[in-house]
Amino acid sequence: MDLSSINPILLLASLMVAATPILLAAIGELVVERAGVLNLGVEGMMITGAVCGFAFATITGSPWLGFVAAALGGAALSLLFGVLTQYLLTNQVATGLALTLFGLGLSALIGQGYIGIKAPAFPDIHVPLLGDIPVIGPIIFQHDPMVYIGLALVAGTYWFLHKTRGGLILRAVGENHDAAHALGYKVIKVRLLAIMFGGACAGLGGAYLSLVRVPQWTEGMTAGAGWIALAIVVFAGWKPWRLLLGAYLFGGVTVLQLNLQAAGVAVPVEYLSMSPYLATIVVLVIMSSGRAPGSLGRIFHASR
Amino acid sequence: MKRRNLLASGVAAAALATMGLPALAQDKTKVGFVYVGPVGDGGWTYEHDQARQAVEAEFGDAVETVFVESVPEGPDAERVMTQMALDGADLIFTTSFGYMDPTINVAAKFPDVKFEHATGYKQADNVSVYSARFYEGRAVQGHIAGQMTESNIVGYIASFPIPEVIRGINSAYLHAKAVNPDVEFKIVWAYTWFDPAKEAEAASVLIEQGADVILQHTDSTAPQAAAQAAGNVVTFGQASDMAEFGPFPRVSSIIDDWAPYYIARTQAVMDGTWTSTSTWDGIGAGMVGIGEISNAVPADVKASAEALRDSLADGSYHAFTGPLNKQDGSAWLAAGETASDYGDDSLAGMNFYLEGIEGDVPN
Repeated sequence: MDLSSINPILLLASLMVAATPILLAAIGELVVERAGVLNLGVEGMMITGAVCGFAFATITGSPWLGFVAAALGGAALSLLFGVLTQYLLTNQVATGLALTLFGLGLSALIGQGYIGIKAPAFPDIHVPLLGDIPVIGPIIFQHDPMVYIGLALVAGTYWFLHKTRGGLILRAVGENHDAAHALGYKVIKVRLLAIMFGGACAGLGGAYLSLVRVPQWTEGMTAGAGWIALAIVVFAGWKPWRLLLGAYLFGGVTVLQLNLQAAGVAVPVEYLSMSPYLATIVVLVIMSSGRAPGSLGRIFHASR
Repeated sequence: MKRRNLLASGVAAAALATMGLPALAQDKTKVGFVYVGPVGDGGWTYEHDQARQAVEAEFGDAVETVFVESVPEGPDAERVMTQMALDGADLIFTTSFGYMDPTINVAAKFPDVKFEHATGYKQADNVSVYSARFYEGRAVQGHIAGQMTESNIVGYIASFPIPEVIRGINSAYLHAKAVNPDVEFKIVWAYTWFDPAKEAEAASVLIEQGADVILQHTDSTAPQAAAQAAGNVVTFGQASDMAEFGPFPRVSSIIDDWAPYYIARTQAVMDGTWTSTSTWDGIGAGMVGIGEISNAVPADVKASAEALRDSLADGSYHAFTGPLNKQDGSAWLAAGETASDYGDDSLAGMNFYLEGIEGDVPN
């Protein structure tokens, strides 16, 4: 066992990167669920975003355009879910699961010509002054821009949900869609917008994998990240800041356990492998006082 | 009378139909494939699918192939196999270690369907097992890795603690140690065959901890990309050539070539000569290929690696030749003795590290 081979600065720095794809997908799903819609298609939207982002980034040579395309791709796929569940009143659980399967297949189809191609580089930004601070600089201020966009999205979501009138309406729709409807709010419109926001965020999370984290396109590359994002939303009690904690905890313990393995720590590998899931669940359950939005997963129709 | 005629002709038609169906089915031999990853993984499953296409190319209209990709190792696999058998498959290849028990279970229910299970060890009357001696390729990798490393730390991304993977670690370590006594292996168990993000993570962690050679037993090309980003890290293609990452970081590779075996077994089913067998071929038989050793490797290392490859191929050298001790120091093979395939402490059931490797094999 040689713990000195673990560099804590690098460890904490890679924690932020490891958590970002899940964080992005989860914050989108949080907004969707706060609007009362349960979209289990996160995995499908992520992988579609991953392939759209990768394809556009390689075609245009710009990772930024790739991320824009990923957000649009994820949102377009989620719109399919939105139309099915909001207008055609299909079951949200079944539609979401179908969306995941559809997304996996669609992405494999789109990705046919992109296997084995390299993505354009997406350089880290070195934040002036702050990035030069010893220890904290390399940990927090020397990442690629998407890490900060993820953080900004969490802050923005918190601000929107709790400090704005729009957020209040969205939460009202999620808590009791009949009451919100009676007050004259456009339940379906609000929900469609939330669903598209969720799709765009999931697409960004997927593109983060294919453009930064891995970075290349392989079929099925999200490998369950979307499901983890879904779980974190629930365990975080539908609260943005806890969601941030949950995602960082999950990313952090994932990186930590690999580091411990490589350093040869005498803990059975099985325990280390399950530790990210255990640690995240335990911490968030202990903290949790969260309550699901009242209308979560229920079908709304104005005539009922 | 009329009614009786109708009945009789009905019975005759039904009899014809039931007799006719198997006759029709026999025109085409249906071959099913169960894959653990997507066909586009660029590694393990990709090569199995290449071999499936080779079967189609070889027999043309005489065969029909079907495949299901990304099948989890567990009860779901059983469902997929059962469905294939019900759909009239004559021969089913199940291409991952974790399909072993599901294959045996389903095979018991369909005695007329032939099954071929990759990398396992449980046989039945209608279940053959086949595998490749990847550890021979690992020996060549270790030989190159030991000489390419400057930090003397070789990172190894392992998948699951099964004999197949442990053999690879031992073989690579043995041959790295032979050319570089100071070499040290850092092993990370990813507990997945295919998860690009996790594989990239594992590769980055190993590189951060000083490894400048990465060996992988997982199927995606993500570790190659991570090594490329790091700049000065050597990798090897796994299962597939992964040539797009050559000549550096990817300096060589182990290539699985299943096509000759799949064609031979399909032929055997068509001829009715199929019997349950256990096949374990290596470099010599062409089931394991060593990808082009790139020019990033010094010429003398390349020459000695090719000599090692050839001696493994013609059988003049065995990758596990004594004297060798187990990790705990107890003797495994006496001087000059080579490891046996089956039996106690054999290659097929290898569950221990060799002397010098640090850490424990997970249970």
